[in-house]
Amino acid sequence: MISCHEAVAQLWEYLDGTVDEADRALVDEHLSRCRRCCGEMEFAHELRRLLAESVSADIPADVLQRLNQTLEEMDRWAAT
Amino acid sequence: MAEALVDQRESFRELATAQLPRLYSIARRLVGDGAEDAVQDCLLKGYERYGQLKAPESGPAWLTSILVNSCRDHLRADARRPNEVDFDEVERFSLYRKIAYEDPFPYSDSLHLDFLDEFGPEDVRAVLMRLPPLYRMPLVLVYMDGFLAKELARRLDVPLGTVLARLHRGRKLFEKQLWQYAEETGLLKKGAP
Repeated sequence: MISCHEAVAQLWEYLDGTVDEADRALVDEHLSRCRRCCGEMEFAHELRRLLAESVSADIPADVLQRLNQTLEEMDRWAAT
Repeated sequence: MAEALVDQRESFRELATAQLPRLYSIARRLVGDGAEDAVQDCLLKGYERYGQLKAPESGPAWLTSILVNSCRDHLRADARRPNEVDFDEVERFSLYRKIAYEDPFPYSDSLHLDFLDEFGPEDVRAVLMRLPPLYRMPLVLVYMDGFLAKELARRLDVPLGTVLARLHRGRKLFEKQLWQYAEETGLLKKGAP
């Protein structure tokens, strides 16, 4: 069985699906016997969720106005 | 011919207008205050190259690629700064263990989740901006914008192993900076009873 250190080092890759089958099986086996590493796994999962849910598509009105202005100016340059 | 050019301009304008909030959001997380300049640069390059876009449905991804390259140009100056990160120390750091050891919420049944709940989107962005750009970029694009690592490797023109290694270091740095940010900004005191 791999050590906790070895299992934890691969948890994100495990969740990303970028570990090969043999390593995945070793992590699975470790997790089936180690409660603390299951906690680490759950935490890694939550950290990924934190990142994914922190995406905000808000754009300040003044920035949006300036960027739209750029698009209008490009149209004008092209038309002349 | 002139009509086709007008159609092309209108089509680009439609695509760019619809994508502006998303492009700005990505740029803000990649280059911070330089986001508006990076998007402006992306619009200009996209406009010039729009004729090269073969499939209109790929427009959003195509524009994102241009933006990522514009952001890389903005980040190159930063990337030349000497690297002061002690990766041995970062590699040993575990946020999970740190939270358990420091126990910032002594009466909590869900200590680790309570810690993460203290971070709003602006806090997460501020933490990401503390990371060296080399490690921030893959973290943002893979975990926030849904890029696959191999797709990112292709777009950045680096081997897949390089992207995976940067992702690994980026994640460890992110964990460490989450803790430091929480300490420095008083986020933990806010959540304490």
